[in-house]
Amino acid sequence: MSNPEPAVTLENLRVAFGKVQVVDGVDLTVERGQAMALIGESGSGKSVTLRAILRLFHEGRSRIEGRILAAGRDVQALSKRQLADFRGGDVSMIFQEPLLAFDPVYTVGRQITEAIQRHEKISGEDARKRALALFERVRIPSPERRLDNYPHEMSGGMRQRAMIALALACRPQVLLADEPTTALDATVQIQVLLLLRELQRDLGLSIIIVTHDLGAAVEVADRIAVMYAGKIVETGTAHQVVLDPHHPYTIGLLRSRAEGALAKGSRLQTIPGSPPDLANRPPGCPFAPRCFLAEDQCRREMPPVAEIAPGHRVACWRTEDAAAAYRAGPTPVRAAEPVPA
Amino acid sequence: MSVIPSAPDPFAHDRGGPAQPLLSVSGLYKHFPVRKAGGKKQVVRAVDGVDFNVLKGETLGIVGESGCGKSTTAKLLMGLIERDSGTLLYDGQAVGERAMPWRSYRRQVQMVFQDSYASLNPRMTVEQSIAFGPKVNGVPGREAVERARALLARVGLEPKRFAGRYPHEISGGQRQRVNIARSLALEPRLVLLDEAVSALDKSVEAQVLNLLLDLKAEFGLTYIFISHDLNVVRFISDRVMVMYLGRVSEIGPSDTVLDAPAHPYTEALLASMPSLDPDNRTQVALLQGDPPNPIDPPRGCRFHPRCGLAEPICGDKEPPLDAVGPLHRVACLARQPSSGHSAAPARALAA
Amino acid sequence: MNAPITASAMALDGGVLAPSDVAPEAAFVPSRGFWGHVGHRLVRDPVAMGAGALILLIVVIAILAPWITPMDPYKGSMLRRLKHVGDATYWLGSDELGRDMISRLMLGARLSLFIGVTPVLIAFVIGSAIGILAGYVGGWLNTILMRTIDVFFAFPSVLLAIALSGALGAGIFNSIVSLTCVFVPQIARVAESVTTGIRKRDYIDAAKLSGASPLTIMRVQVLGNVVGPIFVYATSLISVSMILASGLSFLGLGVRPPEPEWGLMLNTLRTAIYANPVVAALPGVCIFVVSIAFNLFSDGLRAAMEIRQ
Repeated sequence: MSNPEPAVTLENLRVAFGKVQVVDGVDLTVERGQAMALIGESGSGKSVTLRAILRLFHEGRSRIEGRILAAGRDVQALSKRQLADFRGGDVSMIFQEPLLAFDPVYTVGRQITEAIQRHEKISGEDARKRALALFERVRIPSPERRLDNYPHEMSGGMRQRAMIALALACRPQVLLADEPTTALDATVQIQVLLLLRELQRDLGLSIIIVTHDLGAAVEVADRIAVMYAGKIVETGTAHQVVLDPHHPYTIGLLRSRAEGALAKGSRLQTIPGSPPDLANRPPGCPFAPRCFLAEDQCRREMPPVAEIAPGHRVACWRTEDAAAAYRAGPTPVRAAEPVPA
Repeated sequence: MSVIPSAPDPFAHDRGGPAQPLLSVSGLYKHFPVRKAGGKKQVVRAVDGVDFNVLKGETLGIVGESGCGKSTTAKLLMGLIERDSGTLLYDGQAVGERAMPWRSYRRQVQMVFQDSYASLNPRMTVEQSIAFGPKVNGVPGREAVERARALLARVGLEPKRFAGRYPHEISGGQRQRVNIARSLALEPRLVLLDEAVSALDKSVEAQVLNLLLDLKAEFGLTYIFISHDLNVVRFISDRVMVMYLGRVSEIGPSDTVLDAPAHPYTEALLASMPSLDPDNRTQVALLQGDPPNPIDPPRGCRFHPRCGLAEPICGDKEPPLDAVGPLHRVACLARQPSSGHSAAPARALAA
Repeated sequence: MNAPITASAMALDGGVLAPSDVAPEAAFVPSRGFWGHVGHRLVRDPVAMGAGALILLIVVIAILAPWITPMDPYKGSMLRRLKHVGDATYWLGSDELGRDMISRLMLGARLSLFIGVTPVLIAFVIGSAIGILAGYVGGWLNTILMRTIDVFFAFPSVLLAIALSGALGAGIFNSIVSLTCVFVPQIARVAESVTTGIRKRDYIDAAKLSGASPLTIMRVQVLGNVVGPIFVYATSLISVSMILASGLSFLGLGVRPPEPEWGLMLNTLRTAIYANPVVAALPGVCIFVVSIAFNLFSDGLRAAMEIRQ
């Protein structure tokens, strides 16, 4: 990209709810026009990281530290009113459940035109024209008629498209997507993923997609960041992370997938144990208790982030051993299985 | 081991021998009446003529999208909702009749639900939930509790730590292990797993899938495994059944069905699984739009409006579920000899 | 939740997925169980605990009343009628017949609490049974039971209580019967709606699959889950019940003189409203305070039970 300024920059982002440090020092850069996937399992802090970009938390119950720059604005410094313009205007978000994004008592078209008019001085007629164009853009069939539908009159996939249209109503630079396809059927999921890719390409949109599904991440994202226990453990291009993983957790995620099983009936490789209690983290690498490569050093000290190839950063003391173990193929590297998750 | 319902011989209760299907379903129908806004009465054809067999000792995977009737089929098989018509034969005996009343059928057929939290009573400890089934079936209290603890240990949850816990105090994966333990408490031969691993994280899902494989081998179980995830189904199933709008569109050995699908819908379903190769991402979606609503299914082949192979005949003639290969049956005119479809093969397969 | 904080974090992170594992070091903490959690949270609610303490105090006074009243609550004196609050002999004054107010209020707490709480308790048992049956079985049984109950809702509860009491005749027993009849439909309706919600849960299906009879499922699986919300609702009715009971006595349909009962006392002191308004209002204050205490306590209980469904 010729534009030097990234779309989103997170510097040492920390988010805590009470005593629980859910996001624990996340550094992330998303260039303009780039699609980044944040993947991880429940409790990894991926959704919280995403929501921090819009400051979508109850002020009294959360504490956000670090720098958040998005679409050229310092999010932490925004006033309440600026934040309202920022949300939806510069950066907008789509969710897993589109019914929550729409008001059930108004038509979808009316909600989109209202969103446009809230951010811009524009006549109702022009706003509706734009809503129609958006519906065409997200490939809703017979868009004219669908604008007058109520949210419940649409099918799941169509609602998801309508929510994307709503999110794009005010021409944001950044689109945040929180598990956008988790609730959808397989044949619909792939359509929505392809749509996101198309929007990124055609509108130059920067996208951050949060998902627990590695497959969905690969379909959309240029770059992937893997989160574990509130930290990013590995980032790189999709190619680097999926085909040449250097962190034992990424390797575990790839290996435990059913499509990775060698033969039917053979056991799947699993990651033993379960994620740490975020309220009292052990010292050292949070993944050490479950890691097949863990040494004393891992349990004592948090590994620094190492750049092992341009753009490929991994937080692990033993990146080379991990990568070698992955290349060597699925040898059974099962540690003792203390508590099943 | 004495209290665990150990079944070294999976055919201990067997009647018909290994060749007789454990469960044989034929002509299963379930329509739900709904009233639209106009006051017009309509029916949801949730399950609309389904036939299949579950062989002894196999895992039959059932896949399909929302509205295809897979969950309704599960509830019908368990008798949780009443079927409109159709017969269930359990090891040769008609379920619901004198030889095999529901009560004794259910002792041999158990189910694991998708939502691990909703399927455990929040006011009962894990141990009480597991022991409930044996208790109501006449096992003395203490023995039922012992069995519950042994089963907890068997599914990987140390009884000392977990027996007294409540569902909200354990993780989703642990809860699903409890649900699996409960389903085994009555020593069933057939376990129906309805999206049992779908809500779990991938690494937990792998642990639970391994557990299911181990339990199957140890207790000689037969599984019906319902899922929307083709990768998981491919991993665990011996045979796969694909459903679309209340009917079976394809059934056969999982390698055949998932590697060389005969039905265009199966093909589309496989093509929509996200690719794991960043250099080879999916370029086009084979199907557009959402799976249609089973209220007013299309005439003829239910898939023809979305099908790339559709010809006029597909809108008129409902394709039968016919054999196209060993154990492989498909409901598609384009695959059936002399069906009238131009792509149909010339002569019948000797199947 | 062993780690409630993790739960809140989970709610933000995806929501549908399972909460993370419990901490290994926390693993050996014995489980409190649901009621243990409720108790734990209730103890930390100052308002509910204050209200509970007040109720307990009044109950203790009511039980011990015959032995601890400073004077004979029945013995009047024509000379010392309607003394003011703060009198040297009569701390809270005396009534229109010169009887000691504080003694009568203490003894009156007995009857007032008795005819206030008893109907609710009886109605709790009967109403829950009807409601759970209607809610669990559903179908035509539900229709018959709930439509019958709807008939009772056609009348305001005060009117219904007065009509029933009037028909049955005055007296403590009859007023308890009539108040029970007023509360049974209300509790049954709540029980029915709670049970209907529970009936569709997967664990009820799982229990059916284990071959349990409907009665066993209702007793073992349903009851434990519905009794809490119904109980909360019932405690909130106690205040209504006390006010209705006092109302019946006030109208002469409940307790008969010279028995002290707050509602009846309010009635007989009515004549003194101009002569000594403070003393005349005292029974009303008692009714008010106890009702509020029951309401606050039931609110606290409701809040404490909203742990996680």
